Amino acid sequence: MSAQLQPKDFATSQEVRWCPGCGDYAVLKSVTRALADVGAVPEKTVFVSGIGCSSRFPYYVETYGFHTIHGRAPAIATGLKLANPELDVWVVTGDGDGLSIGGNHLMHALRRNVGFKILLFNNEIYGLTKGQYSPTSRPGTRSPSTPSGSFDTPASPGLFALGSGAKFIARAIDVDKNGLGSVLEAAHGFDGAAFVEIFQNCIVYNDGVFNAFTDRDKETDAQIHVKHGEPLVFGENGSKGLAFDAKTMTLRVIDAKAQPADVLVHDETNRVLAQLLLGMNAPEFPVALGVVLRQPSVAFEKTYYAHQPTQMKRTGSVAKALRQTSVWRVDEKKPAKK
Amino acid sequence: MMRASRSRGCSMDDGSSMDSQSVVIRFAGDSGDGVQLMGTQFVAAAALAGNDFATFPDFPAEIRAPAGTTFGVSAYQIHLGARPITTAGDAPHVLVAFNPAALKVNLPLLADGALIVLNIDSFTSRNLAKAGYEKDPRQSGVLDGYQIIEVDITKHTLEATAAYGLSKSDAGRCKNFWALGLVQWMFNRDSSAIESWINGKFAKDATTRDANLAALRAGHAYGETAELTAALPHVATDTAQFPPGEYRGVRGGEALALGLAAAGELADRAVVFCSYPITPASPLLHQLARYGELGVGVFQAEDEIAAVCAAIGASYGGAIGVTSSSGPGIALKTEAIGLAINAELPLVVVNSQRGGPSTGLPTKTEQSDLYLAVYGRNADAPVPVLAARSPSDCFEVAIEAVRIALRHMTPVILLTDGYLANAAEPWRLPNMDEIPRITVNKPAERKPGQDVSAVIFDRDPETLGRPWVSPGMPNLMYRIGGIEKDIRTGNISYDAQNHQAMTDMRAAKVAAVAKFIPLQKVEVGPERGSIAVVGWGSTYGAIYQAVRAIPAKERVSHIHLRHLSPLPSNLGDLLAGFDRILVPEMNMGQLATLLRDKLGVETIQFNKVTGQPFMINELVQKIRSLLTAKPAVRAVRGERA
Repeated sequence: MSAQLQPKDFATSQEVRWCPGCGDYAVLKSVTRALADVGAVPEKTVFVSGIGCSSRFPYYVETYGFHTIHGRAPAIATGLKLANPELDVWVVTGDGDGLSIGGNHLMHALRRNVGFKILLFNNEIYGLTKGQYSPTSRPGTRSPSTPSGSFDTPASPGLFALGSGAKFIARAIDVDKNGLGSVLEAAHGFDGAAFVEIFQNCIVYNDGVFNAFTDRDKETDAQIHVKHGEPLVFGENGSKGLAFDAKTMTLRVIDAKAQPADVLVHDETNRVLAQLLLGMNAPEFPVALGVVLRQPSVAFEKTYYAHQPTQMKRTGSVAKALRQTSVWRVDEKKPAKK
Repeated sequence: MMRASRSRGCSMDDGSSMDSQSVVIRFAGDSGDGVQLMGTQFVAAAALAGNDFATFPDFPAEIRAPAGTTFGVSAYQIHLGARPITTAGDAPHVLVAFNPAALKVNLPLLADGALIVLNIDSFTSRNLAKAGYEKDPRQSGVLDGYQIIEVDITKHTLEATAAYGLSKSDAGRCKNFWALGLVQWMFNRDSSAIESWINGKFAKDATTRDANLAALRAGHAYGETAELTAALPHVATDTAQFPPGEYRGVRGGEALALGLAAAGELADRAVVFCSYPITPASPLLHQLARYGELGVGVFQAEDEIAAVCAAIGASYGGAIGVTSSSGPGIALKTEAIGLAINAELPLVVVNSQRGGPSTGLPTKTEQSDLYLAVYGRNADAPVPVLAARSPSDCFEVAIEAVRIALRHMTPVILLTDGYLANAAEPWRLPNMDEIPRITVNKPAERKPGQDVSAVIFDRDPETLGRPWVSPGMPNLMYRIGGIEKDIRTGNISYDAQNHQAMTDMRAAKVAAVAKFIPLQKVEVGPERGSIAVVGWGSTYGAIYQAVRAIPAKERVSHIHLRHLSPLPSNLGDLLAGFDRILVPEMNMGQLATLLRDKLGVETIQFNKVTGQPFMINELVQKIRSLLTAKPAVRAVRGERA
């Protein structure tokens, strides 16, 4: 690479077709900036998506891009990584695409730990099909398919990823360019499946669904930005902290100034802590943002290649393989054993 | 004294008589009795002795069904001899039955006067009851007309292996080798190849190795003992006249795996094989998993859809993506096949057909996914479709499928079936240096200022295949997907005229395959005549022999299709030269529909969906019945756009 590429170098000529005010615009901006910041090589970078609003993403990034079919992006990206492990692959999916029709592929990509980034745009609604409730919609969500409100229990993307064996789980808000930017960079540097849940506002069908923790006047008390090795504090001047209640095996919010010794320190390698943090919901708890979990990891494709003595290179010949059994020769005159 | 019938010579190779030219042998027992192993080892010895052969493993869906039950019976049929052998034979002349259930299931299949070797140790009242025999068949008269050899195989096996200190059940497991030794003696075979196989297989377990060797030799010695020689036939089979060359035995699954690996070698690209376990397609997965050094990567996906999607991802990444399944799995893959069509990516989809619908008959063979392959996708989504005709033919067809996929940048469906996957035959080894290399559509260099789409969608005017551009190639970044794209720029396009143009292009691309495939030839018989028997897939052997059995003056011909979509360009003219067209199929008339649809040809259907391959004799009867009847309907041929 010669000169450092700028975010605009990752923009395509395609007209962006998301609704005005959609959170996807902010995410696109953060992603192109992150690509520039990490020095991504356009021809080695691939965006693979499924179907849904978020899955239009590849058309808007000047790299390779594959807009596939509903829910299947992780499976397609897995095959791509097997064919060429050198590629820098980003999977873009949504709550419907990734957790409903494609839940199985997402689960297996995470447990295999395939080396790509998974950006799950969670807007808690089906946008492209015009507003039906999704697997992350909260109970009571009124939609064309649930006119009197939905009533089934939503899935938690973070806990789903944790249960699937993910080794990297991070969360960010669409318009929080610093928070999202640092999460994207961390994901890019991870050797394995890096799962990023992005709280993304659907301005048309589910506007304001995350306001309880994204509103300016609430964010201080309703968000906690976790950092490895630092105390889990939030609120005005870090006045509140998270402590572990051993009796109930739950977290509780304490006065960080009054009981500083009881405040937990974030350990991003601790899966139990990750479960507790990912399970926190507003308004009782702050919503955990940042890198919640990051464990030592080797990507699936590296292990796969290590297990393949030839690493898919051709070291043998078919002519020889044809003869790796008992072979007999028939001469011109009469059959005889070799 | 009991002797196998050697009465009449037969001009027809349906195995209707046992003679030195042709004999059909069937081993049958519980799934755990090792009859499949016994069969494959017997065949290996027959091949080395210079016989031509064809085999048919016939096993139950259950891994270990309850012992002694009729639904747990596993069988292995071998047809061997001197003539060109193309089927596993109609009616066995020799049956080795390890228990009453095996006798009960297989007795209806046997030739008149067949020789039956019974393991009488297993003829207990309990086993007789499990097999559904109210009376012992040895006394009830159902075996009248057959030659029965009663041998206490289990007892002899235990005696032969007593020295090795095995438990009674472990020692009893050697009975397949004891029986094999006996059969080896009957056919005057040298057992050294089997012994060396045992030595290799059980190299790490000396006790099992020695016990199996002892059982094999004891069975052979049993045949030689004076008092039994008179009762047991000692059958000599002539050796076949093969063209000179190097030969091996091959199962369809092996040949297909080797063919896919060969295609990778010919194209100089890695093969990424993505599959989900399913009967009867899994042997291909197992075989390819051992071909790492041939540049094959195997990925066992989480489901059928993931398997095809990973294969598409691999193709997108520049490797030859292949997926494989059986009917139910192929049905799940159809949406993704459409994606590969739309994105103009190569992909090979292997369908090892089985009985259906739904779970159907997983271990039984059928040809009922032709509609699925040719017509079975949403929207106008044509793909080339090929079918293999014999175990060794799988090799060539696999190479052909990859060649078409890469030349035209399209998914290709390759049809095989459960019978072909597991059946074996001798195979003259191909010379890899004589097979034309597979060329890859390389992108042209992008000129300064040139839009990338001019390179990406620069389709070859003859093949309509676009260049194979994959991530990692500098200066050619592009976006693609399942949404309809502009025929020139590749950008998303909802334009009405463009969709018409793209749909036309996709149809023309598949039609263009016909320009590159050989003209249809006649296998047997004249180019014009009274009846053309038209088949596809694994019915090849049975149709071939049946047509050969009809006197030449009747002017009956055999035509066998490898290319089912598109059809060879001369097929319509060829069929027009026959008064009538008979289409035997292991389905309810799918090729008949296809011929009517594409060529406007009316055919006479002959359909069978019993889970068993066609017998030569039933095809001969059908052809003869047509010859004696006056033609009711003349073949008509019309053109369709």
